[in-house]
Amino acid sequence: MVSAKTKVVNPQGMHMRPAQLFVNTMAKYKSDVTIIFGDKTINAKSIMHLMAACIKQGSEIEIQCSGEQEAEALKAAVELVESGLGE
Amino acid sequence: MILHGIGASEGIGIGKAVCVREQNLDYSAVSYGGKEVEKDRLQAAIQQFNERTSAMAEHIRAQVGQKESEILTGQIAMLGDPFMQSQMTEIIEGGQCAEAAVDQVCTMYAEMFAGVDDELMRQRATDVRDIRGRLLAILLKVEGVDVSELPAGSVLVAHDLTPSMTVGLKKENVAAILTETGGRTSHSAILARALELPAVLSVPKALELVKDGDGVIVDGGEGVALLNPDQLTRGEYLKKQEEYQKKRALLAVYRDRETVDADGKRYGLYANIGSPAEAEAAAAAGAEGVGLFRTEFLFMDRTSVPSETEQMEAYQAVSRTMAGKEVIIRTLDVGGDKAIDYLGMEQEENPFLGHRAIRYCLDRPELYKVQLRALLRAGAELRNIKIMLPLVTSLEEIRGARALLEQCKSELEAEGLPYDKDISLGIMVETPAAALIADLLAQESDFFSIGTNDLTQYVMAVDRGNAKVEKLYTTFHPAVLRSIRNVIQAAKQAGIPVGMCGEAAADPCLIPLLMSWGLDEFSVSASSVLATRARIHHWRSEEAGQVAQEAMSLSTAAGVQGYLKATARD
Repeated sequence: MVSAKTKVVNPQGMHMRPAQLFVNTMAKYKSDVTIIFGDKTINAKSIMHLMAACIKQGSEIEIQCSGEQEAEALKAAVELVESGLGE
Repeated sequence: MILHGIGASEGIGIGKAVCVREQNLDYSAVSYGGKEVEKDRLQAAIQQFNERTSAMAEHIRAQVGQKESEILTGQIAMLGDPFMQSQMTEIIEGGQCAEAAVDQVCTMYAEMFAGVDDELMRQRATDVRDIRGRLLAILLKVEGVDVSELPAGSVLVAHDLTPSMTVGLKKENVAAILTETGGRTSHSAILARALELPAVLSVPKALELVKDGDGVIVDGGEGVALLNPDQLTRGEYLKKQEEYQKKRALLAVYRDRETVDADGKRYGLYANIGSPAEAEAAAAAGAEGVGLFRTEFLFMDRTSVPSETEQMEAYQAVSRTMAGKEVIIRTLDVGGDKAIDYLGMEQEENPFLGHRAIRYCLDRPELYKVQLRALLRAGAELRNIKIMLPLVTSLEEIRGARALLEQCKSELEAEGLPYDKDISLGIMVETPAAALIADLLAQESDFFSIGTNDLTQYVMAVDRGNAKVEKLYTTFHPAVLRSIRNVIQAAKQAGIPVGMCGEAAADPCLIPLLMSWGLDEFSVSASSVLATRARIHHWRSEEAGQVAQEAMSLSTAAGVQGYLKATARD
């Protein structure tokens, strides 16, 4: 498993559109993707769980990827979050 | 009979009721067809859902707009969640039919969303329930409610207007919308406004009270519906409707225009709002900013002070809706008359002269700082928020608030949180004391906004609610007008912007005076924005100056009012 800490910078946080983009991007990788946010452990390939976690701008999150393609998945995830999730 | 609800979309609709009752989605008679059969049924239903929903989204994108269509494309994305689908499959593998799988999983997610502490996210619960209902209808082959075939002049009465239901609507056949649930920020409200259909939401038991074919009048501006009105009432409303439409058509041309007088001089035209939802209505109405955002709503109907995050999100929501435009936010304005239990305010003999607004807040720094910090942080992103202090009477109050604001800034700096370090701090001028020392206050205030409702009450020493003295309450009294003029002049001399956020700002009689004295910004209710823009448009500065001079030479309120009524251009 590989993991990295990052911060959500886009104003909307993980609302519908940014969450959609994140989930769609992660779907391209075979590894499992999990986000640790506070005391929550979120399946980051599930848009429902991602949205229900109410991750807002400024939130510190940890992204964990495990399984096949884990390194590529993590790199893509961190880049996407740091680039502002399309906002 | 008069039904009361929430006016969610302005306008008057007159027509016959068409009640949309819940479909029967009972699946207890469905027998389990085996794992593979049920999984196939589920997949086929999801596919059909996606096809229909894409078509609806496309339709609404073309008819209404991109933003509204995203409600529906979002539903496709939600149902596409592989985790959610695998949960449904598990239930099927456990020996239950596809309907049970959809029902259980969707209900679970709807409850999950309903419980989160983010208003926008809570609305996803409506989406999940809509997904559930439509998937079940597809699986059970229950004919969906077909609102596309409504006869002309229908008043649609429903428990809730689901996004999918709204899509099929033929706008020209619908006179108005009436529902049992939903608030001003609900999907139904947003869509009704986008479709420009009059709507009253949250009418309790509407489906029990209204029968198909009943005559219904919906007044979306007032938030009321009249059931089976008599001929006389109907006639009155027909007239009201005609006037409303005529006015709308006339004013529509001002929507995208600049606020300029007949000589081309620019003025700011802002809106007064009481909640983030109203900011949307204000933006849609063509407001160029928010001149007064009353923050009391955040503190009402609850048992404890709203947290810094909660406040920040509400302020940020307005800031974003008004991106690129100013948002003036008034700090908590409470007192003995607007008591909030958990704030521990005491009943007072004279609440309007008592421990209220800035007086109360400065005595409760721990509480006030939460609001100031939330404002500073909310301003970090777009830097369009300005802070306004209510009921100021002295320089010490501005200094006290500024000292707290500086304290908050140092704290935020130390905590490494982003904030707007250049945030403006201005005052609402609404007491005779402030009007008389406006020149002194202007030295330490970044802007003024004249609150004419309270100013008139305090200058005239009149309680507006007391019928015996009510007629003494008039902004046309020379004392009130001189106060206003004095405040504007003091602001001009000090070089700070000055606006007005009381009802007087939209008064066609007073507009020429305010223009000629140099008011920079008029802040009015969202529904008055276009009318005010038109009123400003009618005057050349020279003519307005002559009217102002003549009005100020008159010595009684009645004289001034009579003269201004005769010269008003509306």
